[in-house]
Amino acid sequence: MLDHFLLRAVLAGIGIAVAAGPLGSFVVWRRMAYFGDATAHAAVLGVALALILSVPVTLGTLVVALAMAAAVNWLSARGHAMDASLGVLAHAALALGLVVISFVPGVRVDLSAFLFGDILAVSRADLLVIWGGAALVVTLLVWRWSRLLTATLSRELAAASGIDADREGLVLTLALAVVVAVALKVVGALLIAAMLIIPAAAARALARSPESMAFGAVGIGMLATLGGLAASWYLDTPAGPSIVSAAAAIFVLTTLSGRLLGRG
Amino acid sequence: MSLITAENIVMRYGDVRVLDGVDASVEPGEIVTLIGPNGSGKSTLVKVLLGVVRPDGGRVVRAPGLRLGYVPQKLHIDASLPITVSRFLSLPARPSADRMAAVAQITGITGLRDRQMTALSGGQFQRVLLARALLTDPQLLILDEPTQGLDQTGEADFYELIEQVRRETGAGVFMVSHDLHVVMSASDRVICLNHHICCAGTPHVVRAAPEYRALFGRGTHGALALYQHQHDHEHEHEHDGPGHHGHDHAGANLDDSDKESPTIAESSDHA
Repeated sequence: MLDHFLLRAVLAGIGIAVAAGPLGSFVVWRRMAYFGDATAHAAVLGVALALILSVPVTLGTLVVALAMAAAVNWLSARGHAMDASLGVLAHAALALGLVVISFVPGVRVDLSAFLFGDILAVSRADLLVIWGGAALVVTLLVWRWSRLLTATLSRELAAASGIDADREGLVLTLALAVVVAVALKVVGALLIAAMLIIPAAAARALARSPESMAFGAVGIGMLATLGGLAASWYLDTPAGPSIVSAAAAIFVLTTLSGRLLGRG
Repeated sequence: MSLITAENIVMRYGDVRVLDGVDASVEPGEIVTLIGPNGSGKSTLVKVLLGVVRPDGGRVVRAPGLRLGYVPQKLHIDASLPITVSRFLSLPARPSADRMAAVAQITGITGLRDRQMTALSGGQFQRVLLARALLTDPQLLILDEPTQGLDQTGEADFYELIEQVRRETGAGVFMVSHDLHVVMSASDRVICLNHHICCAGTPHVVRAAPEYRALFGRGTHGALALYQHQHDHEHEHEHDGPGHHGHDHAGANLDDSDKESPTIAESSDHA
């Protein structure tokens, strides 16, 4: 039943949406948007290294994304201005990745597939990776939900309740690296952060609790996947960017209707 | 035994010694207040006590199994995070309905439980924070300038609430305050901090200490004196200088009640 490429594309998009909804909510609440960008851009370097070393691309991106996240954490703990250090790391990793890919011998690399995703070329094996990663991330977030939420509200309140905010931050970092690694194929390095942030931001306007925002983000992510793929099918537009565009359109709708319905 | 004891705490940010050999402790049922000018290390000491940051030197000892409640100076909840009061109160663990109702009753937030946190007024917000701290039936309450942004009535009500909690539960209280009047009337013990402990003891003792006068001036008008101090950097240079001035203060670390010292200060301080 997974024979049709469009069905596989839909399932891949939904898998990403399921993980990106709750994780993206944390990214929005903690103002980590640029952090997500940096991790995603670093994935390109991961692709390049994986191709050179002949290891699976997902593994390469996972490792490099984790290294990037660790580097950012290390810098911020030493009081470097996050904005600048993230900017330096993100773009340096992206540029370096593109340079290194050009050296990959013998292989013709479809660069745009890594930058913008190639959801229509998702294989069964890819699906397995995506859903495995999504299941891992969702399990992690559900397991630590209350602690993550408390640490997000305030480091001090968390400490008073015996919660180590640094450890919870590490959990999110890990989850972020996993999502980046598995979403690369679907939306590409340049648009992964969009899949994290836009559905969550769109859900915000209608939500009254953290949980409803996370669920709403999952639903909106799924809707955007279906809408984007439909547009891609009928209008022959690139799939990844179409999905993100659909999510952006939903964001405009929910934000406007949130305003109209009156908030809180 | 003390609920919490901090011994010889040293904390550096870069080259600056924010805390330099600071001791503090809280006994059950005791209200200890920490005062000091802006930037004197008060909030850092609170973070050390809470265990948010590890000190560069010294150690913090908690009574085994200590239940701790914390009310922050200010809690900014990002507008992107929708959360109701009752959900906020049930983080990280949901309290029993009875406990929740009782605490909401004491803190006067019963009617607010379905409101969004971001829709609360300053006073309501602080009472919710206090409620959250009380839910675990704490043996020790740590409050970091909990009345910032409240008007005078709100402030008086808030401190009365704390006094009531202390009376009814026997909890020890450690609070940072800007308001000298409140400090003097509501505390059992006062610690005056300016990177090191300038003076400590009962309110009477502290008020008479020359170090306190140097920090907060003479005819003080409550909290105002603290802000005046900001523009007066002389005192700090004195201590940062090579003269080991800080050690003189050991003598001023006056201990307590039996020495209830002369009240020369009384008249000028009450303004």
